[in-house]
Amino acid sequence: MNKFYLSSLLAVLVLALIAWVGAPALPWLFGIVVPYLAVLCFVVGVSRRVMGWSRSAVPFAIPTTGGQQKSFDWIKSNKIDNPSTKFAVVIRMALEILTFRSLFRNTRMRMTPEGRLAYNMEIFLWAGALAFHYAFLTTLIRHMRFFLEPVPWCIQLIENVDSFFRVEISYNPIQFGLPGIYMSGLVLLGAVIFLFLRRVLLSKVRYISLASDYFPLFLIMGIAFTGILMRYFNKVDLIAIKELTMNLVTFKALLSFKVPAGISPLFFIHLLFVSTLLAYFPFSKLMHMGGVFLSPTRNMTANTREVRHVNPWNYPVKVHTYAAYENEFREKMFEAGLPLEIMPEDSTAEEGKE
Amino acid sequence: MSDKKWIILGLLIFMVLFLSPFLYNVLIKAGKAAPMAELVLTPKAKAAKECVMPTPYMRTEHMQLLDEWRLKVVRGAQRDFTNAQGKTFEMSLTNTCLDCHSNKAEFCDRCHNYASVRPYCWDCHLDNPQGEMK
Ligand code: HEC
Ligand code: HEC
Ligand code: HEC
Repeated sequence: MNKFYLSSLLAVLVLALIAWVGAPALPWLFGIVVPYLAVLCFVVGVSRRVMGWSRSAVPFAIPTTGGQQKSFDWIKSNKIDNPSTKFAVVIRMALEILTFRSLFRNTRMRMTPEGRLAYNMEIFLWAGALAFHYAFLTTLIRHMRFFLEPVPWCIQLIENVDSFFRVEISYNPIQFGLPGIYMSGLVLLGAVIFLFLRRVLLSKVRYISLASDYFPLFLIMGIAFTGILMRYFNKVDLIAIKELTMNLVTFKALLSFKVPAGISPLFFIHLLFVSTLLAYFPFSKLMHMGGVFLSPTRNMTANTREVRHVNPWNYPVKVHTYAAYENEFREKMFEAGLPLEIMPEDSTAEEGKE
Repeated sequence: MSDKKWIILGLLIFMVLFLSPFLYNVLIKAGKAAPMAELVLTPKAKAAKECVMPTPYMRTEHMQLLDEWRLKVVRGAQRDFTNAQGKTFEMSLTNTCLDCHSNKAEFCDRCHNYASVRPYCWDCHLDNPQGEMK
């Protein structure tokens, strides 16, 4: 038992309860006001966070590298892992953002039976994260069918690909598979449960996990779970729901303030979960969505030996370099017997040359 | 800082993508997204007044009902279905559903287009109960 995940679980359950009890009484609040506020909170919050980041400086050039830096022509350099050009940085960032390369490099330290330290490849976090993020993206794009009318072909294409495996179960107590099964929803729920179990079961990960790690996991678990429930088990009136969502995106809902009748409370739980996720987003670790673009260890050119990086925040300090200092005090330093870089006679010779 | 303009550009692109359903509907469609076309009941359906099961159930669970019918017919060789009112129907997609709802294009398809579902049943089943081949 751990207060962090119990409190998060409790928070999500309370949210569900609020929607379950509140939505039938106040459908306009849960169907119109809360979603609008959540979207507003998301847009303003994310913009403010990112604009805040844009004002902060990068004091040091700290690109981390996984390969040989560019130096002499005859030394083979790793162009992408140690990018020396802007173009290579773009490729490196794209690989990072689209394939989570630095998670792929995860290792786990372990003692071999012979008592030697070994680093093993540990790709399960990477695999789980990749499955999770792409399933989430697909689910998100798929949901555009509720916000566009007519539904464009590209959304239909994604739906068709997503329901490609027509898994249908036809046995007497259970008939399952109409409407067609979307892989993304199931993968999303599976992956988020996996990521949660990883946090809870691995002691080292549990040790560094806080409520702010568990809460989004439970929330997304709740979203996927209610979505699956609505689609396959406790079916809801999709036509009424699309009417509501279309009213929301065309702002007609603001004029009429009416929610179509016959929408199941399950949908309002789903909607409150999504609204909470949106509103919570700018204040949470989920901002890594924007942050990943700004990670200085990935997005800087690794040309620290070619170009001097100056902290843009540096206060303009009047500097007195050692060379100037020695020029100024050379005679006195010489008389005191201090080590010098240029002896007085040489320096006069140098000056004479100039 | 010189990165600032790129960050703002990225943020702008993201926000346009995120708000695209709003922007598309308000700016391109000028708020005039078509509502779903009215469902049309055939005279035969009107005369029957009621569907196989109560309407709220049909609205949400008709695919499940079809699934159960299919199982019972294909695996159980049962052909008759009696509802709570004691009315008996042949469990058939074409001969029953499309007997009353013979206007598939103005009934089934209107909902399905709106919700973007494309049932594959018509790959095999006839969608016109009179049975002419198209
Ligand atoms: C009130 C609107 C409505 C009407 C009328 C309607 N349907 Fe549907 N139907 C739906 C919705 C909505 C879905 C998809 C549910 C989902 O995606 O979760 C669906 C799904 C289906 C599916 C499963 C599709 C799949 O492959 O996923 C079948 C089969 C189906 N309908 C048959 C019919 C037939 C046959 C008729 C006409 C007799 C009909 N429906 C009329 C709304 C309707
Ligand atoms: C005896 C004629 C009859 C048969 C057979 C029949 N229906 Fe219906 N159906 C109706 C009527 C009448 C209504 C409208 C009920 C109402 O308006 O309350 C209706 C309504 C519906 C609705 C809901 C439409 C809405 O307004 O939301 C769906 C979906 C539907 N039927 C599908 C089917 C399917 C699928 C089958 C085959 C399993 C079928 N029907 C068989 C007469 C029939
Ligand atoms: C591959 C072709 C094929 C497809 C696709 C198909 N069916 Fe069938 N279906 C059959 C065959 C063959 C039978 C058996 C007919 C019989 O025994 O009377 C049948 C029987 C049925 C029956 C019972 C008998 C009758 O007359 O309707 C139902 C109900 C049914 N199918 C529903 C569906 C639904 C709903 C879908 C779409 C989700 C579907 N089927 C898709 C081939 C198909």
